[in-house]
Amino acid sequence: MTGMPWREGLSLALIGAGALFFLAGSIGVLRLPDLLSRLHALTKADNLGLGLVVGGLMLQASGVQEVLKLLLVWLLVLFASSVACYLVARSVTASIAGSATYSGARASDDSPVRPAPAGEPAAGGDGGR
Amino acid sequence: MSLALLYGLAGIALVAMGLYAALAARHVLRRLLGLNVLGSGVFMMLVALASRTTDIATRPDPVPHAMVLTGIVVAVSATALGLALLRRMHAHDGSPWLPEDRDDDSP
Amino acid sequence: MAAEVQVFDAVLVVLLLWLGWRALASADLFKAVVQFIVFGLLLSLAWVRLGAPDVALAEAAIGAGLAGALLLDTLARLGRSGAADEARPLGLTPARTGIALAALGLAALLVAAALTLPERWPGLAEPALQQLPASGVSNPVTATLLNYRAWDTLLEIGVLMLAVLGVWILEAEPALPRLAPDPMLGLLLRVLLPLTVIVAGYLLWVGAHAPGGAFQGAALLAAGGVLWHLARPLSLGPSLVLRAIVVLGFAVFLAVGVATAVLGGGLLSFPREHAGAIILVIEAAAMLSIALIMVALFVGRVRAPSETGAAEAEAAPAASNPGAAP
Repeated sequence: MTGMPWREGLSLALIGAGALFFLAGSIGVLRLPDLLSRLHALTKADNLGLGLVVGGLMLQASGVQEVLKLLLVWLLVLFASSVACYLVARSVTASIAGSATYSGARASDDSPVRPAPAGEPAAGGDGGR
Repeated sequence: MSLALLYGLAGIALVAMGLYAALAARHVLRRLLGLNVLGSGVFMMLVALASRTTDIATRPDPVPHAMVLTGIVVAVSATALGLALLRRMHAHDGSPWLPEDRDDDSP
Repeated sequence: MAAEVQVFDAVLVVLLLWLGWRALASADLFKAVVQFIVFGLLLSLAWVRLGAPDVALAEAAIGAGLAGALLLDTLARLGRSGAADEARPLGLTPARTGIALAALGLAALLVAAALTLPERWPGLAEPALQQLPASGVSNPVTATLLNYRAWDTLLEIGVLMLAVLGVWILEAEPALPRLAPDPMLGLLLRVLLPLTVIVAGYLLWVGAHAPGGAFQGAALLAAGGVLWHLARPLSLGPSLVLRAIVVLGFAVFLAVGVATAVLGGGLLSFPREHAGAIILVIEAAAMLSIALIMVALFVGRVRAPSETGAAEAEAAPAASNPGAAP
């Protein structure tokens, strides 16, 4: 837009901060000990990082329509990734509790998730309909 | 180096990787991944060639773009059929490798 | 978009090549598939850098999204035994060395050819853009797909139909064990599905004058359908309505082709004043068909629970009787 230097500087600062949050989330995924804490770090850091990046982009947007589209993008990603995080966590805790089995579930070396032995039918699999 | 040349060379590298995996891998899913990467390499070559017009921001060559769009859709439908055949073969034979690749230590 | 190579491009290319190799060479197939999905998403960025936003939309939705979902679903169905692979799946054995040399030879030939090509080449941009006012739309890619090369697009929809036909011919599979349906997933669907329908319709409409179009809209609808199936399994049995929708896109396209061949100036050559409307009708029918076909490709043919008892008897491990016909 018109050359207001503070607007561009603020936009760059926000995008930079967002990138730092993404980096923090990725470091969390690599360094944290188990699946649930990694999930927590990744989801929170990435959502906040995306919010900051979107905020920075809004300052550079070319009109109200673009600002609203960017806001919609962020809200949708927030919503979808939160639900996805919840679903992954639910399947992990269900596996630990042994109430369900997933064929092909893979446990990483240091994860507390121990998939049930393959071949056992899912007792509570389709219940609750 | 122009944008077209950089991505064109990248596309050629992907073609080589995908071709090797499609022919040399033994697990059929890996072969399908190889075919997909091979396809992506070809698409990258096409779009890189299309970007050699004078102003790619407003006037790139649209015909290779249309070909790549068609290619993406055809690739995913071929992958879907291939995966269905893989599941059928695994259910029938118990192995995800093709019969001619199986030896004593196949899964 | 600058047309000059930037540091971003170099980083993107390195990442793409590294991810592509890891997707092919990772011993753990789950990791390989995840890397392939990320590869597809980064590839969309490459398309944007090369000035191809329509292709970027399609790649993100179809190439990364739908293909990734298909691969993960198959991996889950293969189970622990089916997903296992050798420790160095692309390691060089004497047999594979020949293939590696052939691939490298092909790459060398292509590089040599690429280096002889001129750096600037107008291609078909000028004729395509000159004919744009007569094509009925103002997005050159849509004009190419649905007017200049409409024949290719008709056959492409035919290919999609053949693929789903192939999947339906195969034996039905037992359903995957699932956790009980979750209220959160239901909430996600209640919010996302109406939005998906609106955005897909928007993409269909805007494709006439901006990046978008029938395929991108169909991919979005298909994603919604896949989400629905994951929350509450759809049984896409061979009903008449289902078959009608699957055939609809191809049928409408073919009908328009026959009409133009008989009444007008030749197969699929649209009269200038009606071209826009014709393209919209074809795209709308095609979007519905393609979306349903993509969902059907994902859902496959799942054995209904009532058949499971009889089917389990005949689906005994075929290792013990490999000659048993299903």
